[in-house]
Amino acid sequence: MTPRYARVAAPVAVVYGAAALLTAGGLGHTLWCGVDQRGTALAFGVLIAVGELARWGSAPLPGELGGKEPAPLGAAGALAYALLGESAGEPTTHGVLQVVSVVVAGALAGNVLHVARGREPALDHVARRVLTVGFAAVCFQPLYNTGLVTQHIGHGPLYALFLLVLLVLTALCDAVLAAVIQRARTGYPYGPLLRDQLRALLGIGSAVCATGAVMALGVAAAGLWALPVFCVPLLLTQLAFRRYAAVREVNGQTIASLARATEIAGYTPAGHARRVAALSGAVGREMGLSGAELTVLEYAALMHDIGQLSLVDPVPEGATALLPVPEQRRIALLGGAVVRQTGVPAAVAVVVERQADPYREQPLPARIVRAVNAYDDLAGDTAAGALKALERLRLGTARDYQPEVVESLARVLARGGVAPGRPG
Amino acid sequence: MGIPGAARAYIGCVVAGAVVCALPVLGPDARGSWGAVALLAGLYAACELPARCPFLGRTQVGSVPAGTGSFFPVLLAAALLLPPAGAAAVALPGALLARVDQRPALPRRIWRAGRLALAAWAAAQAAALLGGPAALGGGSGAPDFPYVLLPAAVSACTFSLVLAVLDGGIRVTAERRPVRTAWQGLLWPSLAPHAVHGLAGLMMAVLWRSAHGPVAALFVLLPMYITCWVFAQYHREWAAHQATIRALVQAVDLKDRYTRGHSERVGRASVLIARELGMDEGRLEVLRFAGILHDVGKLGVPTRVLRKDGPLTPEERRIIQLHPEYGHEIVRGIGFLGEARSAILHHHERMDGSGYPYGLSGTQIPEFARVVAVADAFDAMTSTRCYSRARPVGTAIAELRRCAGSHFDPRMVRALVRALDRHGWQSDVTADEPSGNVPPPRPTAKPAAPASAPAPLPAPHPGARP
Repeated sequence: MTPRYARVAAPVAVVYGAAALLTAGGLGHTLWCGVDQRGTALAFGVLIAVGELARWGSAPLPGELGGKEPAPLGAAGALAYALLGESAGEPTTHGVLQVVSVVVAGALAGNVLHVARGREPALDHVARRVLTVGFAAVCFQPLYNTGLVTQHIGHGPLYALFLLVLLVLTALCDAVLAAVIQRARTGYPYGPLLRDQLRALLGIGSAVCATGAVMALGVAAAGLWALPVFCVPLLLTQLAFRRYAAVREVNGQTIASLARATEIAGYTPAGHARRVAALSGAVGREMGLSGAELTVLEYAALMHDIGQLSLVDPVPEGATALLPVPEQRRIALLGGAVVRQTGVPAAVAVVVERQADPYREQPLPARIVRAVNAYDDLAGDTAAGALKALERLRLGTARDYQPEVVESLARVLARGGVAPGRPG
Repeated sequence: MGIPGAARAYIGCVVAGAVVCALPVLGPDARGSWGAVALLAGLYAACELPARCPFLGRTQVGSVPAGTGSFFPVLLAAALLLPPAGAAAVALPGALLARVDQRPALPRRIWRAGRLALAAWAAAQAAALLGGPAALGGGSGAPDFPYVLLPAAVSACTFSLVLAVLDGGIRVTAERRPVRTAWQGLLWPSLAPHAVHGLAGLMMAVLWRSAHGPVAALFVLLPMYITCWVFAQYHREWAAHQATIRALVQAVDLKDRYTRGHSERVGRASVLIARELGMDEGRLEVLRFAGILHDVGKLGVPTRVLRKDGPLTPEERRIIQLHPEYGHEIVRGIGFLGEARSAILHHHERMDGSGYPYGLSGTQIPEFARVVAVADAFDAMTSTRCYSRARPVGTAIAELRRCAGSHFDPRMVRALVRALDRHGWQSDVTADEPSGNVPPPRPTAKPAAPASAPAPLPAPHPGARP
């Protein structure tokens, strides 16, 4: 497995190497030449450190909103510093390397405090931050400092639009970087990961970009006073995302508990729902699902056996895959009725209802749940059992299981099953 | 529903006031500001139209900063940028066009336009008095920070205050609230969100006046818009969560037919007791969930045993007595339930230590569990079960008093008695009925009657209810 692992880790090494090189250059330049306009640099450094400190744990936000930006305030402050051309009407003189060193210093200060409080530092995130801010600064500072921007664009509305375009480019660059790192860490296909990242740009990503632009323009117009005033709305956005993440997590926990009820009632073996959900998620990613589709898949996989609660007597071992088909369908329909009562999207109930149908009549998530459920029912704990289960699934591909799903499942299993931790 | 005459007169006065305030904008003196007024008014209308924030009318959820209007930054920026008449005019088109959630729509739109216009006018007056427009800078002058924060803050507070005063008036006239309580809880909850909106408005105004012009001011609205959108998502997810909890409860209720509605009522009685004991609101909410979910472990008891008519064998009794532990196992992973989890585990403990599962006694039993135990016993006695008819409330209380000290915590029993004296008790609440702030189930979520014997869960076709 070593060569494969080395290949997977290579992009991360490249990203880290580039970030380290840029950081070394920035710090070296700053140590050699000193800091231009210390007050401005200090104010932005403090803002970035505070933003980093307020980051919401290391866990990313869930699902389709995907606030993949854990420290919005820090990101906005860093972008604003990279795009800062004037402060209270006076032109600024800091270059790309100083931008990088201020951002690194701020981010490290915030992370040191996190580590002091016993949390993990977010190195991926710092490396990404350094590279994206470096990108923005490289695009802006040379153009500005040589007077090209003033000459061709001026300081009117066009200037604001110019900043916006730069920010959009930066955000795209950040999305690509994030997808590359994730791909390297999890081995999932690149396309859906990038799609997830781009979708996240519409959420908090756009708020971060807008605030970065507003801060750069505001500092240009009003001086450093703009910083504390202008970061308040973004804090509110961050708070809203946090509350949303909290209630979403609670809802997820409640659904998982509902799913566990069948295990506690002795209808299904312990951990079955959780295993099927994790494996379905991995297969879904392998097959290119993303965002909301994955959420539907996860919920449906968690609750696929819930119909068994309505049985007066449990199925032996909870293995519905071995029951006669009409009975399987009846349980599936009952399950769908329960799922409809919960607050999950209606698509989840459809998946649960259709899980016992022949695969050609099923939506894709139902095909995945069906195959993975059957695999978990059949596999047992031994490697031989797993192989035999896969073999049985392959034999059933004429009618019950979609061949592509079974092959994806086989690939996921060959990779060692479910990737550690939830990706992205 | 008709609108009372007093409310009509009141709305008429407010609208007349708003028109008088906004009229000078048509005069020749104000010609210079027409462009800005039109731009801002168009912007406000454009913001309100697609936003359609579904939670605008849902302030009862409480502590939702964005629930009080999401695009006030535009109005507050107008209050800083424009003369008072212009600021009032900016509010009108957006307020008239934006969606209303409840009927009758037209009077609500008119009322909203009137109140927002008056509030914007007052905010602009306050800003003008303190020299706000001049402090914003513009042209070549830089904004006068930090002084400009003062007019911005005062104008946001004025805006908030005027809205609160006007809203109190409509409560008195339209909802016939008593004058004494009409203004309660209007000003303070809205002050903080309005302050944030005020800051955003200030940013907009500063950028509007700066060399970069109105385009840059638009950027300010994006974070506000996204905040509003996320809050809408938050409310959707919150309602979904409530529905999921209800589904858990309904699954139990349908498995054990005789306990229909029992869970909700125990939740209600637990809250009555806790309120009497003076617990704070956060704990009350958790306790309500403890009451609602106390029997969730019955999901783990075989349906055959739960539904058995006639006396149980010792073995079956032992199986049923496992339900607190099953329940604890089920809700173990739900973080926000906190203390409620131990209440679910211990709600069958008795004060003298003869209960189950652990035989705890006295104060070893968690407080929530002692509350839920009393509420559970009370509701079991006052509702009809397979093995007994409902007893009157008085008899149930006498029984609780008799067992206080041995089975139940006397403090909880006394609190329940006091609460019942004060509020009374209806035991005919079913699980279908919304209680507390649990929103009603979605239209498709009504449980069908648990008629078909092998399928105690609702039939796939909702609405098949007799």
